[in-house]
Amino acid sequence: MSRAERWAPVVFGLAALGVWQGLVIGLRVPPYVLPGPAAIVAAFWADRASLLLSLVSTLAVTGAALLAAALLGMALALAMAASRLARAAIQPWAVVLQVTPVVAIAPLIIIWVHQQFAAMVVCATIVAFFPVLSNTAAGLAATPPELADLFRLNGASRWQTLALLRLPSALPFFLAGLRIAGTLALVGAVVAEFVASSGGFAGGLAGRILESGYRLEIPRMFAALMLLAFTGIGIYAALGAFERRMLRRFGAGG
Amino acid sequence: MVRLEQVTRRFGAGTVALAGIDAAIGRGEFVALLGPSGCGKSTLLRLLAGLDAPDAGRLVWEGGGAPGAGEIGFVFQDATLLPWASAARNVHLPLRLAGRRFEDGAASVRELLARLGLAGFEDAKPAALSGGMRMRVAIARALVSRPRLLLMDEPFAALDEFTRNRLQDDLLALWRETGSTIVFVTHSIYEAAYLASRIVVMTPRPGRIAAEIASPLAEGGDRRTDPAYAALVREVTETLRAVMPA
Repeated sequence: MSRAERWAPVVFGLAALGVWQGLVIGLRVPPYVLPGPAAIVAAFWADRASLLLSLVSTLAVTGAALLAAALLGMALALAMAASRLARAAIQPWAVVLQVTPVVAIAPLIIIWVHQQFAAMVVCATIVAFFPVLSNTAAGLAATPPELADLFRLNGASRWQTLALLRLPSALPFFLAGLRIAGTLALVGAVVAEFVASSGGFAGGLAGRILESGYRLEIPRMFAALMLLAFTGIGIYAALGAFERRMLRRFGAGG
Repeated sequence: MVRLEQVTRRFGAGTVALAGIDAAIGRGEFVALLGPSGCGKSTLLRLLAGLDAPDAGRLVWEGGGAPGAGEIGFVFQDATLLPWASAARNVHLPLRLAGRRFEDGAASVRELLARLGLAGFEDAKPAALSGGMRMRVAIARALVSRPRLLLMDEPFAALDEFTRNRLQDDLLALWRETGSTIVFVTHSIYEAAYLASRIVVMTPRPGRIAAEIASPLAEGGDRRTDPAYAALVREVTETLRAVMPA
């Protein structure tokens, strides 16, 4: 990548922000309809303590949900790989959970799970676990048959085949699923916060967005949105770096 | 070492892969199974390995019992190495599956790799090795447990001719040195004639043994330029022409 190519997205982004600011000023758009970038940054700065505290709350739900999704997806994938009966039993229900919008299930979960944090983690986990499950299951099924034969010829136990062949073969698939799950966990956490707010929960970035909407503090709303977007990018990049590191250490390269 | 009696194997709707095979493999022999695609030679190899069972007939092993874990070395058409493991750890795999630690087998692994011309590549991962080198690692892996029988399923088919010739030479030297028993599947007349002490010619659908030709080639000397090699290639070619369905 040349120097110009590296800087191109930055220059383009700044230019777009400049045009946006110029139009807002030139056309006298009121800030409660569309605030300019300067107003958004100012709103963020003015309210940074509350916004960052909310971000921590959202991140706690996201992190817990991602961990739960990784463990649950991995466990279900292993069960499905171990027995055809388990696969037949689990697969349709995993798809049902995946295709049912979490906004629709969330009120039920919040009624059933009394602890608010746990309820939100459950919602976000439901959104996030599917890519881990389907990717890991695909990875476990993609073991080259010749290598499986080789393990058989050498009298490998089921446990040895799993630990020395199938799990390492599935690792790149699992990590790719985890990266998708990371951003989905954030989406799930925010959705859960929105639903929980109707029951009086006021934490999280969703709480700030709703609150700003009620008060017509649109620049603050944009500031919370911006924070969410950057967080999503951050999670994706962090999990990407984790993936590369793991593959360098345990993968085919290096 | 092993005798096959009327071994038959069918697949699915009436496909007869092997029809009443009678054959014997003696200790220390280098047998080439030669035939076109679909003649059941790979199926025969899997039956010998115990990875598949015949529908009729039986395999009678010398000494009674079929080979156990680690007593069969198998080399596939692709090297099929563990991509995340170093060459040394790939070679060590059969020992590890037998419950031995890497440190305990390290000396014999290093020796085998050196014997196959891979000294200095112990820590290289498969992606860093050429196709020929990967195949050498796979051969070392098949030999590390000192198997009674080495089975090879078109192991050099995917390699370029220069690499293939060198690997053939090394395999021959290894066979003479160790006196191991090898069954080698190939669809190359030249390869079968160059390597084998006996060539078993098979015909397709249903798979049958059409002819067996003992190699007249001398143990020492350069086989490739030996007139007897050219004569053997000619004999095998004519046999194939005579037995193949038009």
